[in-house]
Amino acid sequence: MIYEKYIRVLYIDMTENKIRIENRADLCEYLGGVGVATKLLEENIKPELDPLHEDQPIIFAIGAASTVFPVVTKTVAMFRSPLTGELGESYAGGRMAMTLFLAGYDAVVILGKAKRPSYITISRNDVGFKDARALWGATSDEVGRIIREREPGGGKRSIIRIGPGGENMSSFASVCVDTYRHFGRLGLGAVFGSKNLKAISIVGDRSVPIKNFKDYFKVYQEIYNRVTDTEIMSKYHDVGTPINIEPLNAVGGLPTKNLRQNVFEHGESISGEAFAQKNLVRKMACTGCPVGCIHIGQLRREFDKGHEYEVISVGYDYELIFALGSFLGVKTPNDILDLIDVVEQMGLDAMSTGVVLGWATEAFMKKLITEEQTIVPLAFGNVASYKKAIEYMAYKENDFYSVLAQGADKASDVYGGKEFAMTLAKNEMAGYHTGYAAVVGAAVGARHSHLCNGGYSLDQSMKEFNKEKIVDTLFAEEKERCMLNSLVICLFARKVYDRKTILAALNSIGNNLTDEELTAIGERIYRAKLRIKKALGFDQMSVKLPKRFFETPSMSGQLDEKIAYELIGMYNKKIEEFMAAENR
Amino acid sequence: MPKVLRADGMNKCIGCFTCMLACSGVNRQNYSLSKSAIRVKTSGGLQGKFISIVCLACRDERACAEACPSGALEKRPGGGVIFKAQRCIGCRKCETACIVSAVHYDEEENKPIICKHCGVCAKFCPHECLRMEEVDNDL
Repeated sequence: MIYEKYIRVLYIDMTENKIRIENRADLCEYLGGVGVATKLLEENIKPELDPLHEDQPIIFAIGAASTVFPVVTKTVAMFRSPLTGELGESYAGGRMAMTLFLAGYDAVVILGKAKRPSYITISRNDVGFKDARALWGATSDEVGRIIREREPGGGKRSIIRIGPGGENMSSFASVCVDTYRHFGRLGLGAVFGSKNLKAISIVGDRSVPIKNFKDYFKVYQEIYNRVTDTEIMSKYHDVGTPINIEPLNAVGGLPTKNLRQNVFEHGESISGEAFAQKNLVRKMACTGCPVGCIHIGQLRREFDKGHEYEVISVGYDYELIFALGSFLGVKTPNDILDLIDVVEQMGLDAMSTGVVLGWATEAFMKKLITEEQTIVPLAFGNVASYKKAIEYMAYKENDFYSVLAQGADKASDVYGGKEFAMTLAKNEMAGYHTGYAAVVGAAVGARHSHLCNGGYSLDQSMKEFNKEKIVDTLFAEEKERCMLNSLVICLFARKVYDRKTILAALNSIGNNLTDEELTAIGERIYRAKLRIKKALGFDQMSVKLPKRFFETPSMSGQLDEKIAYELIGMYNKKIEEFMAAENR
Repeated sequence: MPKVLRADGMNKCIGCFTCMLACSGVNRQNYSLSKSAIRVKTSGGLQGKFISIVCLACRDERACAEACPSGALEKRPGGGVIFKAQRCIGCRKCETACIVSAVHYDEEENKPIICKHCGVCAKFCPHECLRMEEVDNDL
């Protein structure tokens, strides 16, 4: 809690409809955000129980400087992932961090299961358990609209909710935050569903007096000016993250058609520029971020003959264009927006959805699965079939789609085709076939996300291939991001928030930390994550990499499987030493 | 020449709320959305438009000042009013008198929140939604 020497944790018991507040001084050594959430997860997780057991926790946390500095906008969620069975960690922007800050909670721990579909309301002086029976089955948009009209606090409120995918506990169901942001990855939506939790509405209407205003505002202005007046952030606002489609395609790093190709022949027609020219209608921001990277595209959809149109507004980003575009051979912005909208309404993770469908398409082509199972014929570029298949996954329409809804790794366990099920340690791949660092980075990353350690970025910046450098850089970046995510800054601003800036910001709000302490915090968090992974039975050396990564050339050329495993082995040795060093 | 705030670029708003956080911070030294004199909100959820509710800088006749029984609102040169806090008795008549609902109320302080047209919100608007305009002195 800002200016206080404790972390204020709200515990919510959905079985008993009871809450309790604890002011935890001991959690301060984890700073906030992912640090506090990791520690709370470690305390509350049940390694012996299924990820969707009602006794498993959901943890949310914000950081030591949330909302009070520009672009410090994210909330972290931690849980046991139903997709991987191990560490679940996901981030979302929107208004959630601001509302938790101004409701007065640094972290929220949700345990138990409601007897009937419910939603929770959180404010500074109350927590409500509300009937959501009539909302069960509603799409993400619908439930947002209904709660918006029912609950107070408009403008100072965040509404997070699940769609049918979460209710039916698809392993990669997402949680939608304020319409355009998500806890996308690793299946938090399914954990919501397992608790009969349809939505949470948080109202933040406190006011917190600012101490040492002059010092604080000086630092605030410096950061604000660097965010808005320099080039560091402009790409995120201008064309946005899809700016990367074209250059990655040009160098052969854009996973295409289930990574059967590394170049998409229609890359130009789905570039960021193409979206901007044809569909972009507005940009939006998370609370406290002057950048505004959220790009909204408009799709005019004919729903009947006689010039009958509906207009929908859909958020798009690089990863969605990769997963639902190039990876599925979908070649126009309109078709991609159409697919994104279905994913949104069903409440699934767009990245996993695309990659899972990529596997299904190839498995169908190779006759590992039949049309009797898929109901619709799957083929790269067949948008109508994909729209249906996404709904079938969310509703677990038949046995096949029930398996598919558990991810590509599980599906390939059952139906074969492991060599082209494009997952890394059971999490579906991100949109970068850039080289060893991307593959190895996700395989060794604590949550197997490209954002654990930014391997894809290392591939693009590394001048010369060097094994030690890859392993050392991934390791250092993983620890550094543990620290950054304890704040919780948006990683887009990681170049603005260098160590000096972070220390100036924290010091100006009375958090007098040193550079060494920031390093120690990052390491402490990483160790806690590794302890959790071990308790959940994760074995780094048993991760199998799909052959396809080594068949289709990457941006850095053909990859050698042996080298990838060697790098994983080197990394594993490094973390073994890292863990042993603590005990010495 | 006096300046007044114009919120006539709201179509461009990205909803970052920096204006509100800056107003509360600079004018009230609080991290808050509730103490800001400018309010940005959506009409119809995030898929709707952003709108701002802020003092329109009425000239000649100011309904809020007319409604004040204790002389706490004085005409501001160029438009709007100046709030004299020590004269305010917290009757909230100004709040209802403003037909665009731009007099917000601070429940903690029991005082209205009156826009000073200081321009801090415009300075921290990254998207040209808010601007300051020079106007004639109407007094």
